[in-house]
This record gives sequence, C-alpha cells and structure tokens, in this order.
Amino acid sequence: MKQYVTKRILSAIPLLIIISFVCFVFINLIPSDPAEVALRVRQVPIITDEAIAEVRAQLGLDKPYLVRYFSWLLDCLHGDFGISYVNPTRTVAGELMRCLPATLQLAGVSFVMVIVLSLPIGFLCAVYKDGWFDKIMRALVFMTTAMPAYWVGLLLMWLVSIKLDLLPTSGNGTLKHLILPSFTVSLSYISTYIRLIRNNMLENMKQDYVLYANVRGLPSRSILVKHILKNSMHTCIVAIGMSIPQLISGTIVVENVFAWPGLGTLCISSIFNRDYPVIQTYVLLIGVLFVVFNLVFDILQTVSDPRMRKEGA
Amino acid sequence: MRTETLSVEERAGQKPVVRVEDLRVSLKKRHKQTELVKEVSFEVYPGECLGILGESGSGKSMSVKAMLGILDKNFAVSGNAWFEEKNLIKESKETLRSIRGSKIAVVLQNPMTCFDPLYRIGNQMAETFATHTDWKKEEIFRRSVEILERMKIRNPEEVLAKYPHQLSGGMLQRIMIGIAMALKPALLIADEPTTAIDAITQHEILEEFIRIKQEHQTAMIFITHDLGAISRVADRLIVMNSGEVVDRGDFQHILHHASDSYTRLLVEKRAEVMKKYRESIHGHQEVCHD
Amino acid sequence: MERRFLQNKTAMVTVAIVLLTALAGIFAPVLAPHDPYEADIMNKFAGFSAQYPLGTDNLGRCILSRMIYGIRPTLGLAVLTMLGTIGLGALMGLLAGYFRGIPEEVIMRTVDVMLSFPSQIMVFAVVALLGINVQNVILANVFIKWAWYARMIRTGVMQYRDRNFVQFSRCVGMPERFILVRHLVPSIAADLAVLASLDVGWAIINISTLSFLGLGVQAPTPEWGAMLNEAKNVLTSNPTQMIVPGVAIVILVSAFNLMGDALRDVLDPKEVDR
Repeated sequence: MKQYVTKRILSAIPLLIIISFVCFVFINLIPSDPAEVALRVRQVPIITDEAIAEVRAQLGLDKPYLVRYFSWLLDCLHGDFGISYVNPTRTVAGELMRCLPATLQLAGVSFVMVIVLSLPIGFLCAVYKDGWFDKIMRALVFMTTAMPAYWVGLLLMWLVSIKLDLLPTSGNGTLKHLILPSFTVSLSYISTYIRLIRNNMLENMKQDYVLYANVRGLPSRSILVKHILKNSMHTCIVAIGMSIPQLISGTIVVENVFAWPGLGTLCISSIFNRDYPVIQTYVLLIGVLFVVFNLVFDILQTVSDPRMRKEGA
Repeated sequence: MRTETLSVEERAGQKPVVRVEDLRVSLKKRHKQTELVKEVSFEVYPGECLGILGESGSGKSMSVKAMLGILDKNFAVSGNAWFEEKNLIKESKETLRSIRGSKIAVVLQNPMTCFDPLYRIGNQMAETFATHTDWKKEEIFRRSVEILERMKIRNPEEVLAKYPHQLSGGMLQRIMIGIAMALKPALLIADEPTTAIDAITQHEILEEFIRIKQEHQTAMIFITHDLGAISRVADRLIVMNSGEVVDRGDFQHILHHASDSYTRLLVEKRAEVMKKYRESIHGHQEVCHD
Repeated sequence: MERRFLQNKTAMVTVAIVLLTALAGIFAPVLAPHDPYEADIMNKFAGFSAQYPLGTDNLGRCILSRMIYGIRPTLGLAVLTMLGTIGLGALMGLLAGYFRGIPEEVIMRTVDVMLSFPSQIMVFAVVALLGINVQNVILANVFIKWAWYARMIRTGVMQYRDRNFVQFSRCVGMPERFILVRHLVPSIAADLAVLASLDVGWAIINISTLSFLGLGVQAPTPEWGAMLNEAKNVLTSNPTQMIVPGVAIVILVSAFNLMGDALRDVLDPKEVDR
C-alpha cells in the first residue's frame, strides 16, 4: 500500500516538471523581448541596445536556457512569479491572490451544487429507470449538453434577475450574487454526473452481489442504499473529485458573463492586454492543480477500496 | 453413489414442498414479446432433490427466478408455484421477500462475485439474519461462528472479519451454503453451485449438498448443466431446452431411455468425455460404462 | 447498412438538419433577404415582420440574414477544426502504431501529457500566445483535441496489425503501408465517424464560446457566438436578441450529438439487436 502511494506520487513528478517546462517555454515563445518589456515596465524613456544588453545580464537572460528554467522554477517554488507587464507595481502572485478567493468561492459553491443535485437525481433516475422522472431528466441532461454555458448564463440572468427580479445580475459580495453564476458553472457537470451515477448504478444492479442480496431476501431499500449506492459512490466521488480543477478553470466563461471578479476575468483581460506572466502563472496553477487533484483522488480511491487496502499489508 | 430415493408409495401420502404448474415467462421489449420459459411444471417433495439439467440459456435459472419473484418488470410471469399454501406467482413482493433467504434459500454460482466487495463477510451474514430474525447482535455473531464451524471453516472469527476477495472461491461457496442452511429452509435451490469452482472444491461442495440432504431432509432443486454433478445428488431430473421441459425421470431413465433427442445428445457428449477421460487415466483396457 | 440508415429516423432527421444547415450556409447569398452588414439604423430592434423575418439587431441589421451568413463561420470553422484534429490525430496515431519503438514512445508520452492538461485552459493559453485571431482559435482547438484521436487510432492500428487478414496480406507480400490504409481505415471508420460527429458539436460550442468572449471571430462578422456577445450588451433592454442565435446553437449541437448516437446504432448492428 505505502509502496503504491509512493510510486504514484513519484510518477506525478515528471508530469509536474513537464508542465512547468511548457509554461516556461510559453513565455519565451512570445514575440516581445522580456528585456525590452522589463525596460518599458521601469518606464525608461529611451530604450537603447546597451540598456537592453544590460538588463539581459541583470535578468540572467544571457544564461543558457536550462539554467534560466531552473532559476525560474526556483522562484516559482518560492512564490515569486514575476511582475505584471501591464501594471508594474503589482506582482503576479499578488494579482492571483487578489482574484483567487472569488473564484474559489464560485467553484466551491458549484461543487456543492454538483454533489447535492447530481447524486440524488442520478440515484432516482437509476431506481425509477424508464419512469417519467428518468425520462424528463434524461431529456434535460441531453438539452444541457447542447447548451453553451454562456448562453445558459444569459438566459438565467434574464429570467431570474431581470424578469423576476429575484437575484442580482452581476458583481459579487453576497450569497445572492453567488447563486446564478455557480449554478451556471455546475450545470454541465451536474448533467455529466447524473448520467455517470445513473449508468454506474444500473451497471451495479446487474452484478451478482445484487442478485445474491435479493435471494437472501434483503429489503430493496437496503440493497439500493447499502450495496448499490455505496459501490457506485466509490467511482463517482473519485470522478467528481478529479473534476475540481476543471470546475475551477471552467469558471472563466461564466465569470465573464456575470462580471465576477475572479481568476477567469483576470485571465481574459490578461489575454487582451498581453500580460503574459499572469497567463503563464494561471496556466501553471491550473496544470499543477490538475495533477495534484488527480493524484489525491486516485490514491483516495485505492485507499478506500478494501480490495486494494489489504493487498499490500 | 446414489442416495436412497423415496418410493412412489411413500411419496403418495406426502405433500410436495413446492409445486410449479404451467410456469411461463416472457420478455417484453418495445412491442415484441419473447417467450423464455414455456409451460414448465414440476414438484419437489420433502427430502428429495430435483435436478434441472440444461445448457445456459435453456431457461432453467429463469424459471427459478420467476418463482422467487426476482425478475424485473420487463418480464411477464404466469402460472402457479405453490409453496406452503401460497401461490408465489401471485403473492406480494413483500411476502416473497420474507420467504426468500429464510424459507427458500438459494446458493448461486460465482461465489467470488456474489458478495459485496466493500463489506466484511460477517457484516453480510449479519444483515441476512437481521432481516429474517430478531436475534441480537451477540447472538448473530455466535450463530455466524457456529455456521462457519459447521461448514468446516477454520478460524471462523477471523474469517468473519475478512473481505470477500481475501477468501477462496470454495470457502465463499461453503459460506454461502452455510448462510442458506442457517435458517432451516424448507427448500434449498442451488443454481449451478459447482460451475465456477475448481474440480477438487467441486467434489467437496457436492459432498456438502449430499450431507445436507441426508441430515436435514431439506427439499432441494439443483440446477446445472453438468451431468456428472447432477448424477450424484439428484433423485429425479427434468431436462430443459429452449424454455421447455423436454424430458423427465430418474437418472437411469435419462441415461438409457431418453426420449428427447436433445437429452440424448447431452448424455452422449458426456459419455464421450468420460470415455476419453478414463482412457487417458487408465489406458485402453479399463474402459467401461457408467 | 443503407437500409438500416433509412430505417433509423433519428439518423435521417439529424443528417437532414445538418445537411440543410450546411446548404443554407453555402447558398447564403441566395437565401438571405438582406446584406448581413447593412445597417438600417431607423429600424433597430425591430420585431418579427415580413421585411425582417427574425427582426433586427442593435444596428438595425437583419437577424435572419446574419444567422444564415453566420452558418459559415460557426459550422465551417467547427468542421475545419475537426478535419484538422482528425488529420493530425490520424497522422500521429498511424506513425505511433506503424513505427513503434522510439517514435511511438515519444508520440504516446506527448499524448499522455496532452490528455493530462485541462483542455479549456490550453485553448486560452494557445490563443494568448498566438494572438486573438480566428486561425489561432482553430489551431488551439486542434492542438488540445488531436491527442484523443491519436490514441484511438493507434489502438486501432495495434488491434488490427495482428489480425489474420492483415497478416495474410503481409505474407502475400503487400507493402505494409498499403495494408494499413486498405484494412485499417475501413475497420476504424465507424468509431471515427461516431466520435467525430459528437466532437463537431463540441467544437461548435467551443468556438462560439471563444467568439462570445471576444477571442474568436471578431465583431462585425456574423457568427452565432459573436452575435450573442452583442446581444449580451443589450440584455436588459432587448432580451429577445439572444434567443435566435442561442436556440440555433442548441439545435445544431443537438443534431450533431444525436447523429453521433444514431450513427453508432447504424454502424454497429450488434448494438441494435441487443
């Protein structure tokens, strides 16, 4: 068991290195010269070739590629991601930290919504397979997979905020502000997981252990909840957990619709302003989150399965 | 190697434990109806073992499942299955559920997959007993240990704390039989109990069924496609092919006077295999018939 | 197969929707009642009328004409994306399956890395790197999606290269390249068709999302996502502006999704008679 966990953690390291390297290469591929940018950031009036050469040496840009990569990586590990091109008084880390809470709030509430809505609905769909509830839900699930998130956001904003005047259209601060954006973010995940849970439960229902539980005369409620649901939850929770980074990155579009001052809005405006260090750090952050969450939930899945737990012991 | 059979006279005074009449099962799908079981009738007397022989897909398991009410709503079941003054086909789901596992117990094939992998053996035994009895926790534990001991399982306390994947198929099969017999059922149904396990364990499991029959006088339905296994436990046979009963009688009758061509084919195949087997073991000189 | 196709109503209807949409896009100049760029400022936000069947937008442009012309970038770019994705994926997958050894290792490890990145972020990263431009949007989408196809096609190659009929052809002395193309393509074409038609729907949503954010097709060009971006600005005063493009996207994407499912039924007879 321990061996497995160690092996799994070690296997994630090359991936993290590749991701960081790609992010590093990314900023070096852009057409503008970092030294020139740095000079502009310092508001040097006339940019001469000597000045550029000087700054190059200063920033270590004249050093070999790999050396620069490692010093950059070291800086990143210390939480130093450089300064924003657009707003030289601000550090990238500071910018991200400013926007992170709003995004985490949004992603957190969305995550709760995904769990709270998709689990019971998926469960009921499986139990009453081909009943009216299942049919309606399946139609809705099908519809939502064909609807772009931003359009759903616009529709909800118009219906709930403008027409019914129940919730604010944009901005953040209160719980009321959170409801529409997080529902929009969670909607596509909800439909994915309704389908996942439903199909997983139906698959489990065909298993021998369910037949055996049935012939032993166990009450159907107990078979459903204690056996089938628990077995499906196992797979589904892991899948939902692994999708958390996707949920965080999925806020980009919705934040834009609802003017939510989070990482997504920052990312989009950085793209428009060519603020490369911010984009680079954002991609790095999401990439690392992706690997870490995959790792954690993969290990969790293994640890929580008795079949795996005992083997190594 | 055949156990004593009740003669016809003895049987005349007895009521069958279960009597199935004209059982039909069909599968409804869209607008099509496929008949899977047609006009199946049989009865099982106390202390008797009825063998149902047939290939997979011949409807043998389906008939029993229909009787127990565990087919889903896509299947239409008609006919009668009399058990203790009750018609199982017409009874409510709840009544059937309370009969299953207590008065009618079932042993399935694939013991390795029949237990929920996420729960310990003890837990799964306990939930069965908690459903059908009002035993307290301590009593359930005491009885579970007893059952395992009776099934000749060493260190029963330890086994109760194990997960299914930690035990062998033979052990799980014995536990399954133990659970089935724990509540002294009037009818024991064994659905291909020897198919998924290795030959040596198969032998032990068969011995177990023979012992149960002799000791408890439990009526038994033994479903299999294995002529060898059925010859050792069953007193009477019915042969099923594509949902119909094509032949019935005792083992000798089936072996030598099968009226149905399909049954004869089954028997011949078996005889051929046995001949080859003996040839390879003893050489040519000792070839003999069953 | 043709008969099964004709019997499958979903397949027929969805293919019809897709074909009609594509034809409408191709013949847009003939079908559209107005010039999609022609502003009739006196008639802005007009309702449904004989002159403007679907009304007009904030500059008084005919929405129906813009919708019809919008098929070109919306559907066209999605199809182009899929062609690029399948092309690149097929090339990489065939190379990996055909050469084995070091090239295969390199390609498949790259695929693994690609698949372990969150795709949405990659699109934004690529667009940010290359600049805001329609061409780059397609490149970005191809870039994040090719790995799926490469993996699928390589698996196909691995499965088929050891099949009897392929080995037979090899024994008879046919060049391996010929064998692969001749036997492999038909055998994975079914899977490919199903996956591709599901992914066109995905591409439509993705590209329109980028246009909506202003990172894809730019403002005056009639594209459904870009039209929704404009509609967003007048959401409070003229909410009906967002109905037509949105509904159109949903219908077209649904058609592709349903078509994928129907194609699976048509192409895989085992599934139908189950």
